[in-house]
Amino acid sequence: MTGFPILSLMLAIPMAGAVACLFSGASTARWIALAATLADLVLGIVLWAGFDQSPAAPQWQFTEYAPIFGKFAWALGIDGIALMLIVLTVFLMPICIGASWEAIEKRVGEYMAAFLFMEVLMIGVFTAQDLYLFYIMFEAGLIPMYLIIGIWGGADRIYASYKFFLYTLFGSVLMLVAMLWMVNTANTTSIPELMAYDFPPHAQTWLFLAFFASFAVKMPMWPVHTWLPDAHVQAPTAGSVILAGVLLKMGGYGFIRFSLPMFPEASAQLAWLVFALSMVAVVYTSLIALVQSDMKKLIAYSSVAHMAIVTVGLFAFNQQGLEGAMMVMLGHGLVSGALFLCVGVIYDRLHTREIGRYGGLAENMPKYALFFLLFTMASVGLPGTSNFVGELLALMGVYQASSWVALVATTGIILGAAYMLYLYRRVAYGPLDKADVAAMPDLTAREILLLAPIAAAVLWMGVYPESFIAPMRADVAQIVARMDRAAPEGDAKLTAGKPGAAHAAEHGEAHAPEQHDAHGEAH
Amino acid sequence: MTETFTILPILPELILIGSALALLIGAAFVGDRATVAISWLSVAALAVAAAVLAVPGVLAGSIMGGLYRADAFAAYAKVLIFAAAAASILIAPRFFNRNGTARAEYPILILLACIGMSIMVSAGDFLTLYVGLELNSLAAYVLASFMRQDERSAEAGLKYFVLGGLASGILLYGISLLYGFSGSTGFDGVANAMANGLNSGQLFGLVFVLAGLAFKMSAVPFHMWTPDVYEGAPTPVTAFFASAPKVAALALTVRVAIEALGPAGLAWQQVIVFIALASIILGAVAAIGQSNIKRLLAYSSINNVGFALIGLAAGTPKGVAAVLSYLAIYIVMTVGSFMCVLQMRDQEGRPVESIASLSGLSQTRPGLAAAFAIFMFSLAGIPPLFGFWAKFLVFDAAVAANLTLLAAVGIAASVIGAFYYLKIIKTMYFDPPAEAYEGTRGRVEYILMTAAATIVVLGYLLNPLLDRASATAAAALF
Repeated sequence: MTGFPILSLMLAIPMAGAVACLFSGASTARWIALAATLADLVLGIVLWAGFDQSPAAPQWQFTEYAPIFGKFAWALGIDGIALMLIVLTVFLMPICIGASWEAIEKRVGEYMAAFLFMEVLMIGVFTAQDLYLFYIMFEAGLIPMYLIIGIWGGADRIYASYKFFLYTLFGSVLMLVAMLWMVNTANTTSIPELMAYDFPPHAQTWLFLAFFASFAVKMPMWPVHTWLPDAHVQAPTAGSVILAGVLLKMGGYGFIRFSLPMFPEASAQLAWLVFALSMVAVVYTSLIALVQSDMKKLIAYSSVAHMAIVTVGLFAFNQQGLEGAMMVMLGHGLVSGALFLCVGVIYDRLHTREIGRYGGLAENMPKYALFFLLFTMASVGLPGTSNFVGELLALMGVYQASSWVALVATTGIILGAAYMLYLYRRVAYGPLDKADVAAMPDLTAREILLLAPIAAAVLWMGVYPESFIAPMRADVAQIVARMDRAAPEGDAKLTAGKPGAAHAAEHGEAHAPEQHDAHGEAH
Repeated sequence: MTETFTILPILPELILIGSALALLIGAAFVGDRATVAISWLSVAALAVAAAVLAVPGVLAGSIMGGLYRADAFAAYAKVLIFAAAAASILIAPRFFNRNGTARAEYPILILLACIGMSIMVSAGDFLTLYVGLELNSLAAYVLASFMRQDERSAEAGLKYFVLGGLASGILLYGISLLYGFSGSTGFDGVANAMANGLNSGQLFGLVFVLAGLAFKMSAVPFHMWTPDVYEGAPTPVTAFFASAPKVAALALTVRVAIEALGPAGLAWQQVIVFIALASIILGAVAAIGQSNIKRLLAYSSINNVGFALIGLAAGTPKGVAAVLSYLAIYIVMTVGSFMCVLQMRDQEGRPVESIASLSGLSQTRPGLAAAFAIFMFSLAGIPPLFGFWAKFLVFDAAVAANLTLLAAVGIAASVIGAFYYLKIIKTMYFDPPAEAYEGTRGRVEYILMTAAATIVVLGYLLNPLLDRASATAAAALF
């Protein structure tokens, strides 16, 4: 690895862009924002290319360390898990800027500044290796998002912005107290060191619950998910994309970085809680999504259901579960972002999100219908798209832990197919009998430019997921090994079958370590 | 007593006394025309008094047979007090000129209050404490009713006076109990008497003393005067009340708790924990319904006192250092917020105080709105602003002292507080613009506001300095 502080640079570019946007006019601000996010995208690709995936590679790469004062340190560094989420972030950001190109007309400079500041904080969350630095980045994200929803949001934006802010703040302040306690006990703020520190089991329960309060709200898990539909519906399109695409992933990232490796005993003990909440979420929010008449609300509820599959995967305590959860997070980040963009496209034309106001779009907007169909299918989890890989792995993982949970969680896929296809039927098929709908022009070049990269990524992730799983494999294995001592015994009692020729060919080499794990679990 | 008496340790106070008297005579001869000159001279006197603290030999420790402490703790508090007082003097001429009530006595009264506060934070004996406190209070009563033609101002002064008198009585009663049951009015003497266990007379004395001090800090349940006085007093005076005397009262409470009542730690800790939580929660809940910005800031100050007291509840050097850092940061945020409030004037130049008038400020006055938003987010304790660091320190100290539950409840209640700070930001940023404020801006206010906003955003760069200063100051008590 070079000694070049690439992570700091990735934080500095959007920060400088944000300050510049504040003091420039509308069109300059747009170009500054686009340039800054594209520069970060390039750096993200450099990061991915430069990430050492060999087995001998260190877990933490691109590390930077500079003590600031007292206990605080400017400690950055990434592992494979953080890398993939950073790539997701820098990939979605230019698209968000593009989506706001024409839709945002008032106070453009401030808007772009808020988005760029948001990008700084998101990358900061995924790169921070200092506990307090993580907290600052995690919490500071509230300010720009509050302003984005409140200033540029829809009609009921003020209620939504309050709800978003106070829910998430309440969750994270309890986490702060837990962090203070941890640092006082372990006497270090370094996240890698804390991940290896054994907290006494009785304290773990409290610490776990405090972190859980924060991540469950962020995730969001039932029953603290109610801020999400409101925030999504009221936020501008790009705000929804970034909220669904990246901000929700912070919750999952928090679980995988803090809760599981730092409190393995408590995680095992309270896995039932996570499972129970997730099972309720999958069924309940899917059913709610089925009856929505507002497109954004429907997708928001589907996000909650998908995130529940992430949480069951995370608490499966095995390699498939964790990898699957990560893949669902990445896939959902792309797909839900794209779906919100699709809603944004027609919202910009007709200024309503009411599903009933549309119909027959396949006739006058064929290109749009094609993209929308692709993302609908991806959201359902059709093989060949990104979500299939993640959902399958996560469900396989959780099946080993609890077959009941797997059973209930799988209904989410069926219900998901129901509400997504129902949505697609009402919007794209049927008679084109409304004059204003028929007058809507098809996708512009700009909109195609926004949707096409996501479509490509969704297919890539579905056809060759190895590119995305490979960087994370070693890190996930490490977490699984760390939790191994506390892992609860599964009820599936898997035993290795006789490896026939077909069987071996089916699984291939890539899945060999997982098979091994599954095998180990059974004994 | 073989101690040799030198005037060097009390030089800051002597400078202030000398200049206050000289300026008073000057004001009597020249009249109100000299207001601006006297204001600047007063600020100069405060600056000199603060600078003198750095002269070697000034921090001589306990002098005058224990009556007076010239230590790092007192010096730290004095610097904060003088800085806040200087800001309150600087912003006044423009405010009072608008009403035609500019009077040369204003800066002199502030100087006198500063002398009182200086003595308070340096007190080593309950009688020194009482003298300092009364000197400060008498000046403050007059300041509250400074606009004597204004009904609200006069009412504020009267209310403050009556309730302040009551609190002084309670405090004095507590002091007499402590004296009666421990045979000394000195902090050391009281501490020695308590070292072998606390008798019920001393316990009563302790509770009464803390009640009297809680009034001065405007901590719940002795806070009821605060909103009325803050609302009624002229805005520069309110800015003063919310900053300097808060520091003095809190620093004094910390010193009394640690130095005089130290051996009775468990007894006062309960009281402080209750006061802290009650202040945080009441300050947050009661602020929600306010429509007047000054009343809202009054509740905010009650809320902040609660957070600062959490550091004291820890009772450790770390906790005391956290309180001191908290005060420094709090002063910056408060003075900054009041600079913003001073800009709120309608087209005729009359001060406006309703929160509704802030509607859409981000479109009519973007700079002012941004500064105000920074102070509000900071007061709410949202990182990365400096206010977060203040809260972080006190909660860290509480957790380190095994008061995790207190920290958890306090921090959860801070979410309630965030709600009303958000309300201001919402009004400024989300609501459609109301009638714009008048265009002219005061230079001094703008400079102070910008400086405060810069500190709040980039304050972490000052942290090494602040940490060291508060740690040194806190170490002086232990």
